[in-house]
Amino acid sequence: MEMGFTTAVYVIAAILFILSLGGLSGQESAKRAVWYGIVGMALAVTATLFGPGFGLWGLSLALIAAGGLIGYQLASKVEMTQMPELVAGMHALVGLAAVFVGFNTHFELVNVAAMDESARKSLEGFAALLAKKTSVEINILRVETALGIWIGAVTFTGSVIAYGKLSGKVNSAATKLPGGHVLNAVAALVSLGALIWYLNSGALMPMMILTLMALFIGYHLIMGIGGADMPVVVSMLNSYSGWAAAAIGFSLGNDLLIVVGALVGSSGAILSYIMCKAMNRSFVSVILGGFGGTAGPQMAVEGEQVAIDADGVATALNEADSVIIIPGYGMAVAQAQQSVSELVRKLRAKGKNVRFAIHPVAGRLPGHMNVLLAEAKVPYDIVMEMDEINDDFPDTDVAIVIGSNDIVNPAAQDDPNSPIAGMPVLECWKAKQVFVSKRGQGTGYSGIENPLFFKENTRMFYGDAKASLDKLLPMIE
Amino acid sequence: MKIGALKEISTGEQRVALTPESAIQLQKLGHDCVVQKGAGVAAGFSDAQYEAAGVKVAATAAALTKACDVIVKVRPPSEAEIKRLSPEKTLISFFYPGANEDLMELAKSKGASVIAMDMVPRISRAQKMDALSSMANIAGYRAVIEAGNNFGRFFTGQVTAAGKVPPAKVLVVGAGVAGLAAIGTSTSLGAITYAFDVRPEVAEQVESMGAEFVFLDFSEEQADGAATGGYAAVSSPEFAAAQLAKFREIAPDMDIVITTALIPNREAPELWTADMVASMKPGSVIVDLAAEKGGNCKLTVMDERIVTDNGVIIIGYTDFPSRMAAQASTLYANNIRHMLTDLTPEKDGVIAHNMDDDVIRGATIAHAGEITFPPPPPKIQAIAAKPKEKPPEKTAEEIRADEVQAFKKQTQSQVALLAIGGALLFLVGSYAPASFMQHFIVFVLSVFVGFQVIWNVSHSLHTPLMAVTNAISSIIILGAVLQVGSTSFLVTLLAAVAVFFAGINIFGGFLVTRRMLAMFQKS
Repeated sequence: MEMGFTTAVYVIAAILFILSLGGLSGQESAKRAVWYGIVGMALAVTATLFGPGFGLWGLSLALIAAGGLIGYQLASKVEMTQMPELVAGMHALVGLAAVFVGFNTHFELVNVAAMDESARKSLEGFAALLAKKTSVEINILRVETALGIWIGAVTFTGSVIAYGKLSGKVNSAATKLPGGHVLNAVAALVSLGALIWYLNSGALMPMMILTLMALFIGYHLIMGIGGADMPVVVSMLNSYSGWAAAAIGFSLGNDLLIVVGALVGSSGAILSYIMCKAMNRSFVSVILGGFGGTAGPQMAVEGEQVAIDADGVATALNEADSVIIIPGYGMAVAQAQQSVSELVRKLRAKGKNVRFAIHPVAGRLPGHMNVLLAEAKVPYDIVMEMDEINDDFPDTDVAIVIGSNDIVNPAAQDDPNSPIAGMPVLECWKAKQVFVSKRGQGTGYSGIENPLFFKENTRMFYGDAKASLDKLLPMIE
Repeated sequence: MKIGALKEISTGEQRVALTPESAIQLQKLGHDCVVQKGAGVAAGFSDAQYEAAGVKVAATAAALTKACDVIVKVRPPSEAEIKRLSPEKTLISFFYPGANEDLMELAKSKGASVIAMDMVPRISRAQKMDALSSMANIAGYRAVIEAGNNFGRFFTGQVTAAGKVPPAKVLVVGAGVAGLAAIGTSTSLGAITYAFDVRPEVAEQVESMGAEFVFLDFSEEQADGAATGGYAAVSSPEFAAAQLAKFREIAPDMDIVITTALIPNREAPELWTADMVASMKPGSVIVDLAAEKGGNCKLTVMDERIVTDNGVIIIGYTDFPSRMAAQASTLYANNIRHMLTDLTPEKDGVIAHNMDDDVIRGATIAHAGEITFPPPPPKIQAIAAKPKEKPPEKTAEEIRADEVQAFKKQTQSQVALLAIGGALLFLVGSYAPASFMQHFIVFVLSVFVGFQVIWNVSHSLHTPLMAVTNAISSIIILGAVLQVGSTSFLVTLLAAVAVFFAGINIFGGFLVTRRMLAMFQKS
C-alpha cells in the first residue's frame, strides 16, 4: 500500500484517539469513547502492518494475538480493588517496549552506517529512512532515541516498583538508599555524560550505561515515595510512558506515535497536577517523597475517642434523614464496597438522602473510589466530588467515614503547623453526627493525629470495615 | 478491690451511690461490690435486686467500711464516717471542700484518699463523671415539675369548648445545665419560655432549646465564660443594674420564674428582688434553685415552700435530685462508675491513683496524708472555643472588582505563557532542521490538544482515563512493527518481544476500561 494511504489512516486514528479521551467527560459518552480508542488502535495497527516496506506481518499478527490473549485473561480476571496495580504493571510493559524499540533504532543506525552507498540504495522501510539522514539529523535522532530509552527505562522500573507497592509485594513505606536524592542526581548526571559520549561515538556502551542509570532512577525514585502518594506516582508514570512513546515517535519519524504519546503524556501530567493540588503539595515535594517540614509544634488534641457499637450506629442511621458516606483506601482494603452499597440501598429504600463524598486523592489511583463504588452498583449520580458536597455537611444528620483519615482531618484547616495544613479536606465534622469506621486507634499513613476522632460529635466504630458493616446491615430496618 | 456503697444518713436524702446496674459494670472492671443493708430502698433498689446483681450486703456502715477499699456515697461524709477510714482506703462522694475544711483535715489525719465528685474538672474528657451536671440536669427538670405542681393553670395554651386558656409564661434565669434542662422541660410542656444568662454566648444554646433569649440593652463586653471553666463570673454594677431593670420590666408578665444563677464559691447573686415579687400576679410560682446559697430571691426560705402576701408561691427546696431518687441514683452511680473506670486503667480490679491525670488530680482533695486542695489549674482549659472572627462580607462591588482583577491576571498569564512558548518554538526552529520541525509542530499541537481535552474529563472517570491512556500508549507497537522486518536478527527479536508486550497492553487496557465503564450506572 502507498505511504499516502497509511498517513491518511494515521490522521483518522489520531482523531479517534482525541475523541476517545474527550469522550471521558461524561459517564454515558465514555462508553462510546472507548470504542473510538479501539477502532483507532485497530486502524493504526492494520495500516502499519500492510503499509510500505513491511514483511513479517504473519509473525506480528501471531505475536499480537498471543499478547492479546494474555491481556484478555488479565483484564477479565482482575478485581476492581486491584486496578491500581494492574494499571501500574501495564505501564511497565509500555516502558519496556519503548526501551526495546529505542535499542532497535540504535542497532539499525549502526547497521546503516556500516553499509556502502549501493547497499543503502537497496534498503527498504525504516532503514531506508535512516539512510537518507544528514549528520545533523543523525545527531538529533540519537538524542531522541536516547531520550526514548531513558524515559522508557525509568517508566519500566518505576512501574514495576509501583506495582509491587500497590499489590503489597514491596513494603509500601517510603524507603531510600543511603545518599537519598543525591544518588538520583548522580545517576542523572551520569546519564547526561553517557548521552554526550553517545553523540560523539554512536557506540553501544554509553547507551547501556544510560539505560542502567535510568533503570536505577526509576527504581529508587518510586521506592522513596509512600503508599498514600501513589495516585500521583501512577499518573506520573502514565505521563512518562506517553513521553517515551512520543520520543520514540520522533526517532522513527512517525507522527501518530508523536500525537498519541503527547496526548498520553499531557493527560498523565494533568492528572498528577490535579492530585497534587488536592493535597496542597507541589509536584516536586511528592516526587522527592515524604511530607514537608512542619513550622512548629502541632496543636495538642483534646478529648478522647469514644467508641460506639453497631447498635448505636444503626439507631442513628434509622433516625437520620440525610447521610453522607466518605470512603477511603480502608474500604478498598477491607473489600467493603459491596456492604457499603447494600447499606446505601437499604437506606435509600427508606427514602433517606444518601450520598457519597469523594476526595480527589482517596484511594491509590485517581478516581479509585468511583470505580469501586461503580463496581458495587452504586449509582454514579449520588457520588459527589469534594467541591460539590462540602457545603452540605452542616445540613447532614450523619456522616460515615469508612477507612479514610487524612482527607477528613480538620487539622488541615485549623492547625497551621500541621504537615497537611492547607490541604483541602472534606468537612464531615460539620455534620450533626460522625461515625468513623476504623480498624484501631492508630494514626493514618502520614502518622498525623486526626482531631476529628476526638470531636464531641464523633463516635468511633472500631473494627474491619466489612465486618462492621455486615454487622450493621441487619439492624437497619 | 472491694467497692462499698454506704446508706445515706442525711435526713430526706433518698439517693444511693451504687445501683445494681452500675455494680454489674464495676464487676466487669474486676471489682467486687458491697452495699449497706437498705441503702437503695428509698431509691427503689431492694437488697434482693443488689444480691441478684452479685452485690454482697453488709449489715452496718462500720462493717462495710472495714471490709471495703473504696467507699462511695452521695452526700458529703459525716465526721463519724470519716473517722472509720484508714490509709489505703478511698472515699468518693460529694465533698464541697471549700466549705468543709474541718472534714478535709480529718480525712488527712486519717491518711485516706478522698475524691470529691463536685471537684471533677469541667473538661470534655471528664463530662461522663461530672456529677454536678447530671444532678443539675435533674434539678432543672424537677424545678419545672414542682412549679407545675404549685401552679394552678396549664402550661400550654388551649382553646377548649369551655373557653380559652392562655399559655403560661416561664422565665429561666441562668442557662447552665440546670437552666437548660428547665428550659427544655418547660418548652416541651408547652409554656412560652424566656431565658436569661450573663454569658451572651449561651444565647444560641437557649434558642436551640426553643426558648427566647432575653437580651439587655447593654453593650459592655462580657467576660468570656470559657476563661472561668464555663461558669458565670461576677458582673459589673452597671450590667447588674441593666439586668435588674429588664427583669423589673418583664416581671408582671411572668407566671413562673425559675432562678438557677450561681457563681462558684460565692453567695448567690440577688436577681429577683422583693419589688419584682410584689409586681407578680397572685398564683405565680418562683422556684429558686440557688436556695442553698442564700437564693436568687431574698424572700426564699431554704427547704421550704412559702406564699407571699400577694399570693406568689416561692419554693426553696434544695433536694430536687433526691426527690427523683431512682433517676438521680442511676446517673450518679454511672458518674461514680466512670470515675472508677478511669481509676482502673488496666481493668484488672486494681486502683491506680494516677495524680498526673488532670481529672483524677483535680477531683482528689486528700491523698497519702496530704491535703491536695485546691488543685492546680488543669492543663486543658477551654470548654467552648472562642468564636472565630468572621472575615467581613464582601460587597457586590468588591466581588466585581475581584472578578475583573482575576480576569486581568488570567489574561496576563495566558499572554505571557503564549509569548514564552512562541519564543521557545522560534528558538528551536531557527536551529533545528526542517524535518525535525515538521514533527515538532505535530508534537506541540498534540500536547496542546491533550491539555484542552483532558481538563474536561470528569473526576470520577480518572481511573478509566488512566486505563484508556495506558491502552493507547501501546501505540508504541507501531515502532516495533516497523522494525520487526529488519535484516538483523537481534533487531527482529527485540521488536518481536516489544510487539508481544504491546499486544498484552492493547487488549488488557481497552478491555479493562470497557469493564469499568460498563459498571457506571445511573440510579
